[in-house]
Amino acid sequence: MYGWIFRHLPGPLWLRILTSLVLIAGALILMVQFLFPWMSGFTAFTDSTIGSASQP
Amino acid sequence: MVVQEKARRAARRPARAAPARASILRGTVQVLGELLITAGIILLLFVGWQLWWTNIESDAKQSAVIKEFAQGLGGAVPASPEPDPSAAPVDYGTPAVAAAPGHAGTIGIMYIPRFGPNYTRPIVQGTTGDVLDTLGLGHYANTAMPGAAGNFAVAGHRQTHGAVLDNIHTLVPGDKIYVQTKDGYYIYVFRNNQIVMPSRTDVLEPVPTRPGVTPTESFLTMTSCNPRFGAEERIIAYALLDSWQPASAGPPAEIAAQVAAAVGGN
Repeated sequence: MYGWIFRHLPGPLWLRILTSLVLIAGALILMVQFLFPWMSGFTAFTDSTIGSASQP
Repeated sequence: MVVQEKARRAARRPARAAPARASILRGTVQVLGELLITAGIILLLFVGWQLWWTNIESDAKQSAVIKEFAQGLGGAVPASPEPDPSAAPVDYGTPAVAAAPGHAGTIGIMYIPRFGPNYTRPIVQGTTGDVLDTLGLGHYANTAMPGAAGNFAVAGHRQTHGAVLDNIHTLVPGDKIYVQTKDGYYIYVFRNNQIVMPSRTDVLEPVPTRPGVTPTESFLTMTSCNPRFGAEERIIAYALLDSWQPASAGPPAEIAAQVAAAVGGN
């Protein structure tokens, strides 16, 4: 899959390497901004309150 | 039959159909494998983000809140720490009690020398995720404010998002806990801790764990999760207000340098 993507990127090798780095960085930013905060709702050890005031 | 089929196919090796089908299978397995590896890497990244990066993010935001609070003190920034070698402690009378701020408003700063010389954390109104996950210690909005008779209760994360109460189990009876508000300094003395189930809301009562009793003293109650990397229980730390001094009297000697670093720098 990644090989296929890499082969279909336009331009010479150095540009394709650069493009893949940018794509990886973009994926990381998306994960940190949206995916991970959403996932952290499913982990338990961030819960520090008592009773009904508890966060989700 | 299958064997025959295979044998026939092997015999016609150069033919086109068989390698094509094999390559489809190989491609599918390869994509599946790459997706699984990707999922594994994402999970590892998530662990790193949760246990490490959220702390960095929260520390930065908390520093910003403290800076803002210091600016709010304006010209009333406590005078440079006075050496004050006088023996007799001054009694400043009944502590001032500020009105509770709105949700996510800053109440003050907490200093706990037991947690290290750099333990300077903002106390913010509210215990919802948006407060605890970024701004530090959250004040249970339905409990008393510092200095009032009753229970000043705050929650904080034991791990992740700044880990503001990571060392809550290291408090020793007699440890001082300082709360600075715009009015002055409230000096609490740690008394004991207790490990309870998450449903025990009575620890937030005006007199902790004694519902219906009218408070005559000022308590400070801190709640965090227990064990350190779990949330099956809650660890509660109780402290009692020992003394109070107005902002004009300057910070208490023990935290003078810390206060100067946190709010005096501007």
